[in-house]
Amino acid sequence: MSTLVTRPLDAALAASSEAVIAKKILVLGATSGIAEATCRIWAAEGAQLFLVARNAEKLAAVAADLKLRGASYVGTAVADLDDTEKHAELLTHAVNSLTGMDIAYLAHGILGDQARGEQEFEHAAQIIYTNFLAPVSLLTWLANYCVQRHAGTLAVLSSVAGERGRKSNYIYASSKAGLTAFLSGLRNRIDREGVTVMTIKPGPVNTSMTAHINIRKADVKKVAATIVKAIDKRVDTLYVPIIFLPIMFIVRHIPERIFKKLNL
Amino acid sequence: MPHPVTDPQPAKTAPPAFESWGRYPRYDATIVPLNWQGDFPGVMAGLHGGALPVGLGRSYGDVCLLKDGNLLQTTGMDRLLNFDPETGILTAEAGVSLAKILDFAVPRGFFLPVTPGTKYVTLGGAIANDIHGKNHEAAGSFGNHVPSFELVRSDGSRRVCSPTQNPDWYAATIGGVGLTGVITWAQLKLRPIVSRKIDYEGIQFHGIDEFLDLKRQYQHVEYTVSWVDCASTGRNFARGVFMLGEHSKAPGELKPSPEPKLSVPFDFPGFALNHTTVSLFNSVFFHKQMKAHVKTVQDYEPFFYPLDAVLHWNRGYGKRGLVQFQYAIPWQHAKEGTIEILREIAKSGLASFLAVLKAFGEIPSLGMMSFPQAGIMLALDFPIKPDLTFPLLQRLGDMTLEFGGRLYSAKDAAMTPAQFQAFYPQWQRFAQFRDPRLNSSFWERVTGGE
Repeated sequence: MSTLVTRPLDAALAASSEAVIAKKILVLGATSGIAEATCRIWAAEGAQLFLVARNAEKLAAVAADLKLRGASYVGTAVADLDDTEKHAELLTHAVNSLTGMDIAYLAHGILGDQARGEQEFEHAAQIIYTNFLAPVSLLTWLANYCVQRHAGTLAVLSSVAGERGRKSNYIYASSKAGLTAFLSGLRNRIDREGVTVMTIKPGPVNTSMTAHINIRKADVKKVAATIVKAIDKRVDTLYVPIIFLPIMFIVRHIPERIFKKLNL
Repeated sequence: MPHPVTDPQPAKTAPPAFESWGRYPRYDATIVPLNWQGDFPGVMAGLHGGALPVGLGRSYGDVCLLKDGNLLQTTGMDRLLNFDPETGILTAEAGVSLAKILDFAVPRGFFLPVTPGTKYVTLGGAIANDIHGKNHEAAGSFGNHVPSFELVRSDGSRRVCSPTQNPDWYAATIGGVGLTGVITWAQLKLRPIVSRKIDYEGIQFHGIDEFLDLKRQYQHVEYTVSWVDCASTGRNFARGVFMLGEHSKAPGELKPSPEPKLSVPFDFPGFALNHTTVSLFNSVFFHKQMKAHVKTVQDYEPFFYPLDAVLHWNRGYGKRGLVQFQYAIPWQHAKEGTIEILREIAKSGLASFLAVLKAFGEIPSLGMMSFPQAGIMLALDFPIKPDLTFPLLQRLGDMTLEFGGRLYSAKDAAMTPAQFQAFYPQWQRFAQFRDPRLNSSFWERVTGGE
């Protein structure tokens, strides 16, 4: 049904913005709500995208859409990113398809089921594997790729949840806390090599991952627009929406003897 | 990524989470997003009770509501899938809005084949209500421009439907008010344009005879619609403005439209719209066009979507909301029916803000339950005054039936089962195509839950 053939009109539209060199962006977890919204902005700018996701039908729909929205190239690979042994092969294929890479955007992750994780170690381990260990594997390869070239941005979705464990989601939170710490160390190592490592910490965003959660959520389009701008500015750490910067400051500083009694 | 904070139950909040455009009736329902083409059967497996696919909630009554049920919100299914500039055929997921389709199509020199008076409807909703536009005589209704679509049922079956492939399902789903399954993607044949501009003409008329003369005189013009004053009697009875438009043939700008900025941020008090203010509005509208005949060139936005400039204009009717009344009466009784019904409305003194009068053409709709039929169509709003509005609507419905016409389900909140079943005698045949897990408050009301 969907085709990715470049048509003369698309080429003409892309050429009209030829003054700006199209960014080459690798997107991991491309069918996640935040990733798709971000990619729509990049597509409208004429970016070249390589998309990785687990579900082939969803990936095909997203890829077709981004192509029509103006992406000058859209490559895809179906992959389960928990399969860390295949990461090197996958990433090599992706950067070859893009003939380079300016930005790697890591957006895959699972919320998991806190209650289940409290009873079953296997489920807790799954959350930590997908949200922490798999990104560590990807970032190890990507960091070394960028260091060799002294260029590139690694933009990674962590979460405000990682700032402090709460009883309602501490397994997810600890996976993101680990990721945040890893990113800060990686930044400390490779920023001096000309590689930007960006930790993105969204608050609750209105996507399918959070559809069942009944709280105030940020609009995914606005969040995506903020992320795109922050990547352009090579920001180190981004709280989005920005209100979470002071909120998390307070959350981090509540004394533990009080915090442990709160219902959060 | 977000952190879960509160209960894991689906969102269910105190003012209804989803309102129809008329904001009447108002029912509680649980909103369940369908973000992907494959979601529907799996989502249904996890839900208790009935469900109804919905889009942007621009239909007026209860056709997009399901009391205490699940509303499957399709607006996340908004991806464009393919476009062939040779044929003008766009393939897109059903939750994409016509506004987004225009943003894509206009810069490429294409336009919607048929458009309603708002661009904030989804592709799926446009098919499910088989909507019509100002070019009905030239183009028929929306379904006439949908070569194919995919229909997914709650049992997991998926069918590509077209006039030749699964033709029964195709006909049942066009105008099928969302009850036959979920439309995941659809093709839409766009029409070429060379400019955003519309060559516009507005001509005053006095009475239905003058309206019919103008209709005959301008039969060749693509877009025609009239505004008619339903509040005035005597010398001003059925005065109006006949409006004509065609896409400019002079090549011009093809940039996308800017985002709308104005919105009605709160409910107007109930007294804001009464007979005096509406008569005043109607008078101003009529005399805004001081000359009997004006010719101008205007952008397509004010021509097709004058009310879209103010988001949530429906809040102007206050908390009680509004009901619409829209009929199509065949030519045989169109003139006398329209005059009688306009008299009844004027006599009632129930103010009506927007009354639209138009001729429907001969091109048959492809939907089993489609509303348009050749003849005269009238559409108008009523503010809700419980003791007055509903008895009037009963009378108007009966009069419509008497003149051989029918009412439009997408605009209805008041049809009785007897009226509906007389307007749409094919309803029992249609009922065989209903997905057993899908239902709407409209369908329950007019069929008794058949």
